[in-house]
Amino acid sequence: MKKIEVLGPGCANCVRLEKVAREAVEMAGVEAEVVKVTDYAKIAAYGVMSTPGLVIDGKVVSYGRIPSAGDIAVWLSE
Amino acid sequence: MTTLSLRAARRIRLPLKLTVAVSVVAWLIAWFVEAPLSDWLTFSVFGLERGSHFGEAIAFFLLDVPKVLLLLLGIITVVTLIRGFFPPERVRAALAGRGQMTGTVAASSFGIVTPFCSCSAVPLFIGFVEAGIPLGVTFAFLISSPMVNEVALVLLWGLFGPAIALVYMAAGLTVAIVGGLVIGRLRMERYVEDYVWALQGKGPAMVEVKLTWEDRIHDAWAYTKDLVRRITPYLLIGIGIGALIHGYAPTDLVAAIGGRSNPFAVPIVVLIALPLYSNAAGTIPIVQALLGKGMPMGTTLAFMMAITAISLPEFIILRRVIRWQLIAVFATVVTIGVLFIGYLFNFLIA
Repeated sequence: MKKIEVLGPGCANCVRLEKVAREAVEMAGVEAEVVKVTDYAKIAAYGVMSTPGLVIDGKVVSYGRIPSAGDIAVWLSE
Repeated sequence: MTTLSLRAARRIRLPLKLTVAVSVVAWLIAWFVEAPLSDWLTFSVFGLERGSHFGEAIAFFLLDVPKVLLLLLGIITVVTLIRGFFPPERVRAALAGRGQMTGTVAASSFGIVTPFCSCSAVPLFIGFVEAGIPLGVTFAFLISSPMVNEVALVLLWGLFGPAIALVYMAAGLTVAIVGGLVIGRLRMERYVEDYVWALQGKGPAMVEVKLTWEDRIHDAWAYTKDLVRRITPYLLIGIGIGALIHGYAPTDLVAAIGGRSNPFAVPIVVLIALPLYSNAAGTIPIVQALLGKGMPMGTTLAFMMAITAISLPEFIILRRVIRWQLIAVFATVVTIGVLFIGYLFNFLIA
């Protein structure tokens, strides 16, 4: 079971990234839960300043951009 | 699905170089046919009279909408591509451990190129404090980032030439540096919320995420499309107002309010601008029209900077990390800076 965290206070891009992440889970066919992290202190704790950030199993894989669902699916399968 | 087939299933791609080349050529063609085309439409097809209020207003609108849109599309794509190399995470790493003066100047300069939207003001602020960057340096960045907007900078360059664009940049940098130094001197640290300090030194080292050129070009284009869609309403309103001013506003009125003979012109236009908030790009057509009606450069710059840098939504968002006292100081410093620039440039460009 993978854990995907979407870091962001709830701006339009954060919502979009969450949607893309869910698509990616489906595409990769892996078990994963997608959670939103809106708490600023927690976002900062990952060292991310430009939202939205994406964290897979505790590792920051992207920030300040929306990766494609295909990219995220690849990261999920690695 | 295996990793391999997933890689193949990633976005459908056109050959990168071909796409870029075709876009550049299409942009250039549009740029050169745009002005004669709008002129022809207004005066030949619509048969409007040259020199009439209505004709001039419509010509301005038809000339400006495509021109500014083209500039925006081209410029934002290129600028986004460049500034993708300066994310705040990297700026923070570069600023940490610098002295007050060096840090303030560097932060103000980074403010020009670093992507910033009011929704990331808070994580950005926390991130800077966390890395031990002094408050004054952080504010230099927070002032410079919205005030010296790189899109506005390049638009000014495209529409008025390099001199005015550089004047705008120098003015914004000056306010950011002086503002940062003043806030640093005032020892306002106690007005930062306690939980922010508690985070200091706890953040991990910088996270590096590797991006390919293809990723970067793709991101820049996605961002540009999104931004242009969001600012087009502002732009249309801005150009509409610009066209009205251009066609109808009597030169006497503009001169009476904003002209050189009125010593209070600068504070008056700043007051008018306070409740207005727009993306810097949206103000350009208004600026263009006001300058055309003979408003002096300093007054016009003050108007433009007040609209973009004195932003109520951003102040409200910042309340999450700093108390009202510090927000008030921030707002005051920016306002004084804008007034100063207005008077200075009116004095310099006689």
